Amino acid sequence: MPREILDFERPIIELEEAIAELKQAGDPQYRDRIQAYHKKLKRLYTETFSNLSAWQRTRLARHKDRPYTLDYISQITSKFVELHGDRYFRDDPAVVAGLAVFRGRKVVIVGQQKGRDVNERIFRNFGMSNPEGYRKALRAMKLAEKFKKPVVCFVDTPAAYPGIGAEERGQAEAIARNLYEMSILKTPILVVVTGEGGSGGALGIGVGDRILMQENAIYSVIPPEGCAAILFRDGKRGPEAAEALKITSVELKRLGIIDEIVKEPVGGAHRDPALAASILADSIQSSLDEICGLGLDELLDRRFKKFRAMGCFVERKHKKKKSSPKTVR
Amino acid sequence: MWFKKRKGIQRPATGMKIEMPDGMWLKCPGCGELVYRREVQDNLKVCPKCNYHFKLTAPERCHLIFDNGEYTEVDTELYPTDPLKFVDSKKYRDRLKEHQAKTNMADAVLNARGKIGGWSVMVSVMDFRFMGGSMGSVVGEKVTRAFERAGKENIPMITIASTGGARMQEGMLSLMQMAKTSQAAARFGLTGNLFVSVLADPSTAGVMASFAMLGDIIVAEPKALVGFAGPRVIKETIGEELPEGFQSAEFVQEHGFIDIVVERKHLKQVLGDLLTFFAPDKSTAPDETAQEAASTAQEAHVTTKADD
Repeated sequence: MPREILDFERPIIELEEAIAELKQAGDPQYRDRIQAYHKKLKRLYTETFSNLSAWQRTRLARHKDRPYTLDYISQITSKFVELHGDRYFRDDPAVVAGLAVFRGRKVVIVGQQKGRDVNERIFRNFGMSNPEGYRKALRAMKLAEKFKKPVVCFVDTPAAYPGIGAEERGQAEAIARNLYEMSILKTPILVVVTGEGGSGGALGIGVGDRILMQENAIYSVIPPEGCAAILFRDGKRGPEAAEALKITSVELKRLGIIDEIVKEPVGGAHRDPALAASILADSIQSSLDEICGLGLDELLDRRFKKFRAMGCFVERKHKKKKSSPKTVR
Repeated sequence: MWFKKRKGIQRPATGMKIEMPDGMWLKCPGCGELVYRREVQDNLKVCPKCNYHFKLTAPERCHLIFDNGEYTEVDTELYPTDPLKFVDSKKYRDRLKEHQAKTNMADAVLNARGKIGGWSVMVSVMDFRFMGGSMGSVVGEKVTRAFERAGKENIPMITIASTGGARMQEGMLSLMQMAKTSQAAARFGLTGNLFVSVLADPSTAGVMASFAMLGDIIVAEPKALVGFAGPRVIKETIGEELPEGFQSAEFVQEHGFIDIVVERKHLKQVLGDLLTFFAPDKSTAPDETAQEAASTAQEAHVTTKADD
């Protein structure tokens, strides 16, 4: 039984429950009704999920039942050993890091982790890392580099934590350092955006050779509500901002920000976590096969070119601006 | 001088909406006192009462730090577009045109090559007037090109940040400029040349969490707001008042993330000293005329059309 039912999920879930009830009754006279309901259910699924708005996807990406990093780790890897601490300050539970075997391949895993129930949510700080989380991630990645293991990053965070301690311990520096180091890290890095890609907080573990994004995940420069509060002067206009910011997997594939969209079960990853994990695992495997097959020079060169090319601008023929400062050489 | 040619900028280009009906007085955002505008301008746009450093435009900053205020602007061919067709209360396209007209800049950063203390350097200076000094594709590309050029020419790189972060109107393309510029800083670092990052008020968010925090040396102007999240966001998140002086340059220095807090009047000298210290030992020292020029320029002050 899901803990959270979104408004656009409700008709489907109610119908599913009705079918289950009828089936349980086991009375042959309901057979026609069950069949009709199934037809209706199929239609509802198509109507609801074939054309989700950016805001609906945002709500799926934040769904309380959506599989989180540790769920994927336990489903698709074996022998996971979690590593703790940044060796400077403390262990940040909003980020998990560790060693695992993924389909016979040893990998280092880094990912943001949200909590399921109230207590765990608080413990994980709602998936919002402090600087020590980014530093722990970097420590794990440096370990991967030293021992020539690929890194898999699971991105799922609303944002880097905006708190007093986070500022005092250099949140900006921690993220910047990760961007710097990840851009030249001498081992393959695969990034998977599984839920919320919340701005710099997400990018802090989001530089890699290949960027995968689950179908209903979002990735945004600012949370839609935040953007609405600033630009539309009304935080409730999040749905509009979500549309305008182009944060869905389809839009980001088109913009060249991500490399591949990973399909989810119909209705979202939370409707069938096991299936979601197995689809994701297939994509991770083929991506790892590809990037781990490259020589180090080619790998780093491709990573460089990938991020070097990001951006959209025009180059106009140079014309001397009237008021530009005098050139003195 | 270049500033005498500039027309159309009526206010002292601080990037803030300061109402000055008669042009005589300014309200200082630092101390809230009314100060004589001429006095502020003659003081490198620093409040004579509380030492608040008013925002400078990118050309003003260049004038302040380069020898004799002379420099060559580069990468002027880059212009922003509207990849998302973004509309809020205005079309992004129109917003860009407005800011281009207001600032006479193509986007929020100016790339310049020139000499400081006789040493050749590449400088990327952000301008807060242009959409809050926000970083979109053009800013990211220009900062990246400046790093690449400096690397190729084997000269030091200086960035001066004055920014509210990534530009929302270009969405994820803006966020990716953080990765792009940090990567440029990393590659530049491998060339063994010096990178000095100067933080002016305000230096926050996406720019801080990328190249601006990656300097070999990080310098900040006094009392500049320096941080990742904005104070309002933090206050809303934690639901309590922020400590006095939180996120000021001095506070951040105390916590170990800024090397030197430098008053504006000493900035050029400090940059020159850093360039000299980190210059390769076998390289020739700048000639004496250049050094003289440096000290003369030190005395020059930033001014505007209204001063004429």
